[in-house]
Amino acid sequence: MIDRIMSKRDKQKAEELNEIRSYDGPPVRIMEVCGTHTHEIFKLGVRQILPPQVTLISGPGCPVCVTPVDYIDKAIYLALEKQVTICTFGDLVRVPGSQGSLANARAKGGKIQIVYSPLDAADYAVEHPEEEVVFLSVGFETTTPASCLAAKRAREAGISNFSLLVANKTMPSAYRALKDSVDVYLYPGHVNAIMGTDTCRELVQEGVSGVVAGFTAEDIIHAMATILKRYAQGEPFFENCYEQVVKPDGSPGARKLMERWMEACDTEWRGLGVIPGSGMRLKEEFRDMDAEIKFAVPKMQGSAPTACRCGEVLQGKCLPTECGLFGKACNPLHPVGACMVSGEGACSAYYNYGSR
Amino acid sequence: MDKTVTLAHGAGGKQTNELIDQVFKKHFSNPDLTSDDAAVLSLDTEKIAFTTDGFIVSPQEFPGGNIGKLSICGTVNDLACMGARPRYLSCAFVIEEGYSMEKLERIASAMEKTAAEAGVRIVAGDTKVAGKGQVDGVFITTTGIGTLQEGVRTSGFSARPGDAIIVSGDIGRHGLTILLAREDLGIDAEVTSDCAPLWECVESMLGVTQDIHVIRDATRGGVGTVLYEIAEQSGVGILLDRAKIPVQESVQGVCGMLGLEPLYLACEGRLVVFAPRQYAEKLVEVLHTLKPSAQAAIIGEVTEDQPGRVVVTTEIGAQTLLPPPGGELLPRIC
Repeated sequence: MIDRIMSKRDKQKAEELNEIRSYDGPPVRIMEVCGTHTHEIFKLGVRQILPPQVTLISGPGCPVCVTPVDYIDKAIYLALEKQVTICTFGDLVRVPGSQGSLANARAKGGKIQIVYSPLDAADYAVEHPEEEVVFLSVGFETTTPASCLAAKRAREAGISNFSLLVANKTMPSAYRALKDSVDVYLYPGHVNAIMGTDTCRELVQEGVSGVVAGFTAEDIIHAMATILKRYAQGEPFFENCYEQVVKPDGSPGARKLMERWMEACDTEWRGLGVIPGSGMRLKEEFRDMDAEIKFAVPKMQGSAPTACRCGEVLQGKCLPTECGLFGKACNPLHPVGACMVSGEGACSAYYNYGSR
Repeated sequence: MDKTVTLAHGAGGKQTNELIDQVFKKHFSNPDLTSDDAAVLSLDTEKIAFTTDGFIVSPQEFPGGNIGKLSICGTVNDLACMGARPRYLSCAFVIEEGYSMEKLERIASAMEKTAAEAGVRIVAGDTKVAGKGQVDGVFITTTGIGTLQEGVRTSGFSARPGDAIIVSGDIGRHGLTILLAREDLGIDAEVTSDCAPLWECVESMLGVTQDIHVIRDATRGGVGTVLYEIAEQSGVGILLDRAKIPVQESVQGVCGMLGLEPLYLACEGRLVVFAPRQYAEKLVEVLHTLKPSAQAAIIGEVTEDQPGRVVVTTEIGAQTLLPPPGGELLPRIC
């Protein structure tokens, strides 16, 4: 029985691969918005089977890549000048700020603790009442609810040594900001699992097509085949190819949690500049847990390395291989720009999986 | 006997003797292990292989083994990869003050069992106790001597275009077991270490042919790192077939969640073998008869083009570079 199901799935995959290879419709620019998709698409070698008129653009959906330089500078300031314990996801540690990364700050005696979940950071603060603990809260709709949960846990535990340096972002404003350089979005299924599909449907009204996709090889192939089939028909479209996980109204519980703790604000995206209303910050009543306010962090003039073209890469205006630093001064062991640091960044994907 | 190891156990007096008698001699006893300053051995061969390795794994006990088992496997497998039958081992312990005697005994007991399995004798040893915080639990260094089988010349420089590449079992289990035991990831997966002595596997392959070009055990850095090393040393390209690489479902699942590549997770009981194509099926067949290599598979071939690179044929038939090794294993964040 299982064999028969498998062979049916294999057969569908083979048919879809054929459809993709033999696409003869008009030229189309597809942007995969999410870093996990970027990574999987490179790992599978999807670009190799695409006809020449299909262009895949790696979008700004890697939270590490779009975190601006001054955010890293602020985190380093907190670690070295205010002697707080920084709790962070591992990827952020090697991202260069204006002068060095958090890894350099650690070498200078800064206390940098790697965590796998925001809740671990809150627990750490509970267990270490003698330390001031700051969690570096970055990420999209997929990680923001967990940051809110961490704030909630700290509040419930009655501790006052925990705060967040918040740079969370929301995807819908980025979709709108980039829509002129894209024909079809490959939407990240886990973001839609929280946010639902309303924004995607609204964008269809504005002429922007899209498909929600999961993350396995089958999911991605299925979504690509769907995109090409629908694009050839000529009308703007939206399709949810990840229905087993993504419901039209997403996860109301997670959204309610975010709405309780955070509110929208303007925020800077590395490479894209300030996008109004695309950021999240703690609400007024929780500002005592906002590390920027709590430690009176001064304004930083974050300066990115001048020759680095991460900004253009993130907008799909430049291929990583077109940057003069790529593979030379900038490589995964010695990254210059954020897109080379994160395993999800377009530059590291081009470097790691070969550029062909 | 005391419940924990104290500095006095390392001072050379009565308590040192007690520790040696009740823990180490009890488990390692054999005719070649004497109280003299050095073991006197005789070997019936022209050439020997000689190697040493230090073990500092934390936690010291993990699903599928402990640091003791690991310290035997690591060294006997290095000998086996040279085509040498492991014969004698020495072991040196550095133990942290306050370490549990019961745990130490479990470690020694695992060493006894694994040495017997591997057919080696522990013939010399040393024990030091370091102050609290100076070592993490217990560090073990083992050094081994093996007798080289005549006619066998394996080396990382000997891979040739056309060679088949065999891996002796499913990959990545040891590395993932340690990662899950060490980090509080909140992931409950049934993964045990693949840690095992492998001379038996090598011996059975040499029974098929002595013309095996490369044998490596894929320890730290995993199978991927070994493949890059060999591609570099032999100046050849490597083409893998993703669908043929054996990976346990639970390992695949956790790797997917954390964004890890199983090819870069450590193994402690897996061989990577390069041999002329015509022997490949037969080699896999004999490997399948032995427990540690029951999942052996041909995973790829050596190519003339793209020297120094490891390329993977993906499940959609495209070819991508295996990302070169480097950097820490950092779980992805979304």
